[in-house]
Amino acid sequence: MSMTATAGRAHADPHHIGLVIEHPGPAPKRIVTAYGFWIFLLSDIVMFSCFFAAYAVLADQTAGGPKGSEIFEQRNVAIETVCLLLSSFTCGMASIAADVRNRFWFYLGMAVTCLLGLIFLVIEFREFADLVARGYGPSRSAFLTAFFSLVGCHGLHVSAGILWLLTMMAQVFAKGFRADVLRRMMCFALFWHALDIVWVGVFSVVYLLGSGV
Amino acid sequence: MLGKLDWSAIPFDQPIPLIAGGVVLVGILAVLAWVVVKGHLPYLWHEWITSVDHKRIGVMYILLASVMLLRGGSDAIMMRIQQAVAYQSQGYLPPEHYNQIFSAHGTIMIFFVAMPFVIGLMNLIVPLQLGVRDVAFPTLNSVGFWLTATGALLVNLSLVIGEFARTGWLAFPPLSELSYSPGVGVDYYAWSLQISGVGTLVAGINLVTTVLKLRTKGMNYLRMPMFCWTTLASNLLIVAAFPILTATLAMLLLDRYLGFHFFTNEAGGNVMMFMNLIWAWGHPEVYILVLPAFGIFSEVVSTFSGKALFGYRSMVLATMAICVISFMVWLHHFFTMGAGPDVNAIFGIASMIIAIPTGVKIYNWLFTMYGGRIRFETPMLWSIGFMVTFIIGGLTGVLVAVPPADFILHNSMFLVAHFHNVIIGGVLFGAFAGFEYWFPKAFGFRLNDRWGKLAFWFTFLGFYVTFIPLYVAGMLGMTRRMQHYDVAAWRPWMLVAAVGMAVLTIGVICQIVQIVVSIRNREALRDRTGDPWDGRSLEWATSSPPPVFNFAFNPDVRGEDAYWDMKAHAKQQSLDHDTPEYQDIEMPRNSPTGFVCAFFATVMGFALIWHIWWMVILGGIGAFATFVVFAWRDHDEYVIPADEVAAIDRVNLEERRNLVSMAGTV
Repeated sequence: MSMTATAGRAHADPHHIGLVIEHPGPAPKRIVTAYGFWIFLLSDIVMFSCFFAAYAVLADQTAGGPKGSEIFEQRNVAIETVCLLLSSFTCGMASIAADVRNRFWFYLGMAVTCLLGLIFLVIEFREFADLVARGYGPSRSAFLTAFFSLVGCHGLHVSAGILWLLTMMAQVFAKGFRADVLRRMMCFALFWHALDIVWVGVFSVVYLLGSGV
Repeated sequence: MLGKLDWSAIPFDQPIPLIAGGVVLVGILAVLAWVVVKGHLPYLWHEWITSVDHKRIGVMYILLASVMLLRGGSDAIMMRIQQAVAYQSQGYLPPEHYNQIFSAHGTIMIFFVAMPFVIGLMNLIVPLQLGVRDVAFPTLNSVGFWLTATGALLVNLSLVIGEFARTGWLAFPPLSELSYSPGVGVDYYAWSLQISGVGTLVAGINLVTTVLKLRTKGMNYLRMPMFCWTTLASNLLIVAAFPILTATLAMLLLDRYLGFHFFTNEAGGNVMMFMNLIWAWGHPEVYILVLPAFGIFSEVVSTFSGKALFGYRSMVLATMAICVISFMVWLHHFFTMGAGPDVNAIFGIASMIIAIPTGVKIYNWLFTMYGGRIRFETPMLWSIGFMVTFIIGGLTGVLVAVPPADFILHNSMFLVAHFHNVIIGGVLFGAFAGFEYWFPKAFGFRLNDRWGKLAFWFTFLGFYVTFIPLYVAGMLGMTRRMQHYDVAAWRPWMLVAAVGMAVLTIGVICQIVQIVVSIRNREALRDRTGDPWDGRSLEWATSSPPPVFNFAFNPDVRGEDAYWDMKAHAKQQSLDHDTPEYQDIEMPRNSPTGFVCAFFATVMGFALIWHIWWMVILGGIGAFATFVVFAWRDHDEYVIPADEVAAIDRVNLEERRNLVSMAGTV
């Protein structure tokens, strides 16, 4: 061992604990991909938090229009919530099926996830259409602006998720459980679960708190 | 059919943008024609446009930034001339045109000069410093670059088709709302930033993942070069801050396109919410820009002082402290909002606190130089010039961080002088230092020394002559963004500033001459060793330019200043290494995904600006199809056989051994 090498080690261990954990080198692709996608999800949640903040600021600005408690239908929201939470479960099943390379359960899990997602979207769309028909569109007041944007942003994410889901099913059909397909599947699952978490926020902040006032 | 687009969009009655646009168009067409006629198109397509090599993408980012620097610089020259002549007269720029120019100047300089310049340098250098072969997501990297280019293209398109925003570079509502800005200017602004913002976010995710997950063996966190640390901090800020910009601009666009009421005067909209949101992005943004510059200075000062960086750990701590505190100061951009003394005091104090880690950095650089054997090469000149200039800018920053002082100086030329002082003195000087320092690494030859130093001195002096008068004018009560004025006391300072602008322009010309001269004399300036500056970090351990795979073997790092250690080692040991066992290397294949995506993004952005809805749908379908096609490909990597790796690496090793043995005999 030369002097410099020792000096280098000493520098990495200034308190002379005698324990320097050497970094083992670049992480495998699966880790890198999932890690990067986590970072993306964090950034996406930051974006959602802006819409949450805007909603919090504008929630009372009804400009003579309806308040939240006058337009929210808790029964619909309950069904939406059940659909999304269940879809997270079925998405998890599909992920496990992909891990054990079981096509049947993979397709079934994904199909049910897709169906639940679509039910969610249909209910949301009908809620929006109904509000617009009653003259309570996003242009009516700042409160409705913030409401439509926050809930709609989540809805757009779910729509994009369904597009992705169908692409994943097609990929597995065409390419099988290849390593890169499995990595994408892992990212999709993360995305879908993250949307669920965001929905929990939407459900609590918009519908639960809003119905009270 | 074409939405709002018709012949009235072309400004036939305004000669300046028309001629400028015409010249640019002719220039682009001439370059394209030359490329096609000379048969360079296949080379460009295969080696650059579709390249996923981080070095190539980095170079393209810097090229984009340099071109846009000329565009933003032209805007600056026009503004300085206008304010020099528009005393008790209208000058030569009508108000609506002047307003577009200062808005475009700010937008371009921040988003399409400073951002691509630092992202380009990070892309180029960080994987090399970490001792790895590429970034975490090479194809996404290319997508990110081309989306940034799309944004730049749309901004420039607004010169000849339609108009640009007249709202200032952050498009504050209610002025930017449809009722006060009915034209397409704000839409050009918002869509180009939305598209390039996606590109920036992608770059940020990519670089964070690269630094955290792809380090070579033994590259512990506390052995990373300082530039990697500042890259990490800066990109963490990108990941945390850019989504805020995206959300804010999305809200503004919803207001404008669908009649929402986020920031309108009517129906309960809240204008100050825009200020809060945009500056919650905007303040971290300035640290996104300046942190990488701090990293560059750390590398340069340490290399040209021949010493390890003083206080490495305190530097890491200072970097991360700035990263966190930068999110807690945004309100100092609008103390005048009237949030009350408590809130203003807290944000004022937080803004002053951020000067502490910055001060730590300055002292660390000074102590690195102390007792070192300093070489005054061009990058070092930029670094020293930075230290002097940035301290002045920082001190005026602390001054306006005091709320009572800010109430007087808010929106004055003093503020304009302050932020140019820190952005030019910090970011631009840093970018130039990095450019001069790493140019040999990217291209294999050095830049001409004489012209580089001339460029530095003209820019340095020009900066002071331009911006010190603006401080004075601000103190005399001149507000920013004035198309004309009637106060005699301001006039002389505007004239001096115009002279300063001329000196700055000479600096830019010197830099262009430097590049031309260096390319012509490249054989004489060739760097055969890969280590022209006697560097300390791993980017100097490979040849210049590096092979596509960067390193034949993943370097094994034993401490800080990894390459310095290796060199010291090699001098002590005998030089006859065994022939190493070369192995096949897998590299990602080139892909046109980024370019095609950007094409559809351009189509979509343009269609959105002009309300051409069928084209929007077409662009959207195209972008999705591109992703599916990309996801469908079967081979995303190719193999470089061991023989080829060996052949390339042996040449490099040979040069290197000659260098070491020569150094040994001295």
